[in-house]
Amino acid sequence: MASSELHFGVAIDGAGYHPAAWRASGVEPAALFTVGPYLAAAGLAESAKLDFVTLDDSLGVQPGESSVVRGRLDALLTLAALGPVTHSIGLVPTVTTTHIEPFHVSTAVATLDHVSRGRAGVLAVPSRTEAEVRHFGRRTLPSASEARVENTEVIDVVTRLWDSWEDDAIVRDEPTGRFIDRDKLHYVDFEGTFFSVKGPSITPRPPQGHPVVATYGEDHDLLIEGKTLAIVSVLLGETEQHALDRRRQLDSLYGNEFRPPGRDFVGTPAALAAALRVWSTGVDGFLIRPAVLPDDLELFANETVPELRRAGLIREDYTGTTLREHLGLAKPANQYQGV
Amino acid sequence: MPKQIKLAAHFPGVNNTTVWSDPRSGSQIDFASFEHMARTAERGKFDFIFLAEGLRLREHAGKILDSDVVGRPNTTTVLAALSAVTSRLGLAGTLSSTFNEPYEVARQVSTLDHLSGGRAAWNVVTSPDAFTGQNFRRGGFLKREDRYQRAEEFLTTVRELWDSWAPDAFVGDKKQGVFVREVGRFVHSGPQFDIEGEFTLPRTPQGQPIVIQAGDSDEGREFAAKSADVIFSRHGTLEDGQAFFTDVKRRLAAYGRSYEDLLIMPAATFVLGDTEEEAHEYAREIRYQQVRPATAIQFLEQVWRRDLSEYDADGPLPEVDPDPDAEPLTWGRVQHDKDNLETARKWRALAEEKKLSIRELVIEATTRQQFIGTPQQVAHTVNDYVQSDAADGFVLVPHLTPGGLDEFADKVVPHLQELGVFRADYTGNTLREHLFSQ
Ligand SMILES: Cc1cc2nc3c(=O)[nH]c(=O)nc-3n(C[C@H](O)[C@H](O)[C@H](O)COP(=O)(O)O)c2cc1C
Repeated sequence: MASSELHFGVAIDGAGYHPAAWRASGVEPAALFTVGPYLAAAGLAESAKLDFVTLDDSLGVQPGESSVVRGRLDALLTLAALGPVTHSIGLVPTVTTTHIEPFHVSTAVATLDHVSRGRAGVLAVPSRTEAEVRHFGRRTLPSASEARVENTEVIDVVTRLWDSWEDDAIVRDEPTGRFIDRDKLHYVDFEGTFFSVKGPSITPRPPQGHPVVATYGEDHDLLIEGKTLAIVSVLLGETEQHALDRRRQLDSLYGNEFRPPGRDFVGTPAALAAALRVWSTGVDGFLIRPAVLPDDLELFANETVPELRRAGLIREDYTGTTLREHLGLAKPANQYQGV
Repeated sequence: MPKQIKLAAHFPGVNNTTVWSDPRSGSQIDFASFEHMARTAERGKFDFIFLAEGLRLREHAGKILDSDVVGRPNTTTVLAALSAVTSRLGLAGTLSSTFNEPYEVARQVSTLDHLSGGRAAWNVVTSPDAFTGQNFRRGGFLKREDRYQRAEEFLTTVRELWDSWAPDAFVGDKKQGVFVREVGRFVHSGPQFDIEGEFTLPRTPQGQPIVIQAGDSDEGREFAAKSADVIFSRHGTLEDGQAFFTDVKRRLAAYGRSYEDLLIMPAATFVLGDTEEEAHEYAREIRYQQVRPATAIQFLEQVWRRDLSEYDADGPLPEVDPDPDAEPLTWGRVQHDKDNLETARKWRALAEEKKLSIRELVIEATTRQQFIGTPQQVAHTVNDYVQSDAADGFVLVPHLTPGGLDEFADKVVPHLQELGVFRADYTGNTLREHLFSQ
């Protein structure tokens, strides 16, 4: 990849980041509980040759009044349903690491990689709410630092479980009657502060070796294996005035001004391309959060992306088939191989 | 009208029935295999496709078992992906009530039901052992006696979550700006779970996804009679099936349920041929591929609970008797014989009577219900079993992944349709409609 090229992901959460998005969007509200809108959004991102989509999640209901989107599908399963019917786009669900067994996290993400043929990632996020604690009833709310340490431990053991099968462990050796070579399977024998896991995984090593692991940084950015993607909320219009009008309309539907945290762009698709160019110093790319889906994603894909492409900031086409390849990340060596 | 047969397709994941050495045997991991089998089952108008679950690789004598198919993907993730490439087929996944929590199972199965438009089923199993527990935070915390208590309260809680949103809770009125009237609230306080809060999803297309139970003890049967829609059983022969059928259906009345409310679907394999002889010959070949010499010794060791690796699988049974006090040698496989001395005595008698080698004995003693014959014969036999109340239908376990079901869908199903005992096409869209309305 040319060094000026940037990486792009799109958040395809609900009807968009604005709390009134569901009222302005052409999408039927009930359809948010079906696969349709997520498939359409991922299709748009794929047609623009972006790297991946993310889908937010938690083990509770989004806070708010009856006037906002509350309730949602499990993010990993929703993106799994996109696996067989998309072709190139990376699929990065949020997975809550605090209450779910690390063993299940590892097999579920590995399986997302299997069903998408190497396009899985995972945004590993600790749970930070009392509500989620009450939904599970097994523990008290960990402190922020405990949750961070536990998240790191979960990522560690999940990665080990992915490596617990070497890539060529299935041998189907007819003469010796061995389906697998058990020397290529490894106990992980993980003993952490919060849990222990024996291993090996039940799921063979996923196609990418390790699906791509992302976490949130301190500064409204996404950290992906040494790369930093700034999160930018975007609300677009054919003219700047149009974009401002749209924002006003959304705010008035909501009954309040809503301003997303972090970088907040309102303007034309071309102006966004210029702004991203300025903001690109020091980052490897962006996670775009559209205000309304599919509207702002359509404008981004159809108008901002061509501008970026003309400026040499985004690749012409996919050059590989896996999310790692899109992101320019090598397939990791297996930590147990030859050990 | 004759009873209508229910059919499910078992994806032959990890077991010793899958013949991996056959050149036609494909990957048990690649999604293409799952897609192939699901499309076949849908073409054959099956009720559902079924995935089992195992949460630790099996070990024998301290080593990971390497002779059978090993390695499988995560159940609900595969089923979610299958929802995109099928439109009517039910999607049934096994999830342990021991190594999960109600909130996560409820939202996964609910999500699957929403994504598939009402085709989800959860097979509740009660994996009890500490061996599996070593892969989980919770470890081997659950005593064998307690597992159905947890399973029952688990299922009750999951159903409370599924029902927590009022039927009209979701509004979606853009004009008035009301997305939800009120999200579902729940409070569950019991010996196993003490939880409260708000559930993630509105009621699903099926209202409640289908619940399947697999487990055979008295507690297991009672649990199914009280709570399940389908029993996945292992009693496939005519007499065993009828006895199981009568026993389980008899239990329903105590829970105010009727005979039709619980479907009994044993696992069964099938072998087809152009002639009956050909089918039997092929069935024999399959058994020899499944039970290789090393596998035969392992089976024997499982009963004897001793190292028998010095014995020749083609030779006679060991003189030495089983060790009744030894720990099981095999871990991760459900132990069905509670009394290994008794099993060994029966095996020895059988081997002496028929002059069987170790391998021949194991083949003879471990062969389960199989339908063998021409497609027409198999269709008639399956139908006879169902009409004589040995089952309501079958969970078919093909020998080959993923193409093993094709023959059944293409050759046997048409005969069943001709007999008027199997649907010519789906009449409903949801799994509940396939199973319970006609
Ligand atoms: C036909 C059948 C299929 C089963 N499939 C699974 C499975 O996929 N995963 C699992 O952990 N246990 C499975 N089990 C085990 C049961 O959940 C249960 O643990 C076991 O049968 C012991 O319970 P019981 O004493 O009631 O029979 C299965 C059992 C039967 C009879």
